[in-house]
Amino acid sequence: MKKIINDPADVVAESLRGLALAHGDVLRVQKDPALVVRADAPVEGKVAVISGGGSGHEPLHGGFVGTGMLHAAVPGAVFTSPTPDAVEAAVAATAGPAGALLIVKNYTGDVLNFETAAELAEAEGTPVRSVVIDDDVAVKDSTYTAGRRGVGGTVLLEKITGAAAERGDSLDDVEALARKVIGQVRSIGVALTAPTVPHAGTPSFELADDEIEFGIGIHGEPGRERIPLEPADALVARLVTAVVEDLPFASGDEVLLFTNSMGGTPLVELYLAHGIAEKLLAERGITVTRRLVGPYITSLEMQGISLTLLKLDDDLTVLWDAPVNTPALRWGI
Amino acid sequence: MGCGAEGVTKAVLAAAGVVAEHRTELIELDRAIGDADHGENMNRGFTVVVAALADAAPATPGEVLKIAAKTLISKVGGAAGPLYGTAFLRAATKAADQSEVDVQGAVELLRAALEGVQARGKAEVGDATIVDALTPAVAAAEAAAAQEGADLAAVLTAAADAADRGAESTVDLVPRKGRASYLGERAVGHMDPGARSTALILRAFAEAAR
Repeated sequence: MKKIINDPADVVAESLRGLALAHGDVLRVQKDPALVVRADAPVEGKVAVISGGGSGHEPLHGGFVGTGMLHAAVPGAVFTSPTPDAVEAAVAATAGPAGALLIVKNYTGDVLNFETAAELAEAEGTPVRSVVIDDDVAVKDSTYTAGRRGVGGTVLLEKITGAAAERGDSLDDVEALARKVIGQVRSIGVALTAPTVPHAGTPSFELADDEIEFGIGIHGEPGRERIPLEPADALVARLVTAVVEDLPFASGDEVLLFTNSMGGTPLVELYLAHGIAEKLLAERGITVTRRLVGPYITSLEMQGISLTLLKLDDDLTVLWDAPVNTPALRWGI
Repeated sequence: MGCGAEGVTKAVLAAAGVVAEHRTELIELDRAIGDADHGENMNRGFTVVVAALADAAPATPGEVLKIAAKTLISKVGGAAGPLYGTAFLRAATKAADQSEVDVQGAVELLRAALEGVQARGKAEVGDATIVDALTPAVAAAEAAAAQEGADLAAVLTAAADAADRGAESTVDLVPRKGRASYLGERAVGHMDPGARSTALILRAFAEAAR
């Protein structure tokens, strides 16, 4: 393992210290429990949008804290969901009478800890709603698994619900909007290499030089199958087909296409893949009207990409375009 | 003869010791089928449990278990935090403020822990989880407690033996809960890390009762 770290146990805390120094204009970091909070929190009269989960997926979630997106992010240890008291502290730091929406990715640990936190916060008198995002089409049968995972769609969900909260929407409305987005966003990923968790010290799985894992999760969990590496045209076609046929997306749809690096794939390959994906969608009569390309939900240094499609309508487009000022997303201000 | 706060504290400290000792093994088991954090999380939680028990000097078995529960919930994270935390919390509630845990009481605490884990995680035997170790352990503890002259060590040893076999049984299973479930058939041949940690903790309890 080659990493720029001191003690593996201090990685998250030391990283948050740097985040706070780099982006003190939009956010602050609290300790014990560790939280990333909007600099101007709590924002009076507005619903607080809160998310979190294991660290190691940066910029998710701390990099999305700021005006127009998250009010707080709760970072767990690397690849480990945060504890209920940390989530409850995030609610306490950001939510007023307007309440809080918790955005939870569908992993057993995240769901258990956020559910518990929601109960604790409700008991304290703050209205809290939770939504669980499960956009990963790689996991097919939810009867025999923990259900579809939350992956790339999380970024889009956080932006759109954050914009709605900024607009002054009620908790009921922000929750309904979140459920709508979850209903029409789908993703799939592929890995070329494994990530190495600092406290484990060795790669999470082994792939031969000519092998890829199709349907990877953001912790390096496999989804569909291990296949030989193929040229970008064939690989991106495989990804596009898996996503498009799931909802299914149809000719005439307007979509947001999010091409994401899993951390280790450089922009040259990412843009290459994005270009192919747009062409393939156009061939299917699906119009890409909004785009996001970059490393936004990562898996440490894992090489690979994911594609996310969100079916847009006028309201979702307006909310996507709304001003945002966070370390990782910034436009319209 | 029962076991008071001191004895229960000794058992929890023994569990912390065995978790520390097997940290790497649990990480490796989890690395094979999950996200490689189980050993790290459990060790982080139990390390704080040891400190919390030293600070609090609890007076009853229920207080010991409650401190362990709250610490595990607030320090472990992941799925293991709520699951083990709930197990200890249910056991603590069952112990209430009784001054001692006797043979029958120990069986009741184990059963309460199992019910807590099942309520939180919604897993059944055969899903390849903690439940695959804990369910046979409770059954074995009940059978052992029904024997004439059974003592705590015998009951807990029977539970630990059954948990070992239960953990071993997960090797052949296709996981249906947690992150390992995404591997499907490819997880066959790997022991569930949670079932293994349950077996380790029960063994520590049994050794402490000797």
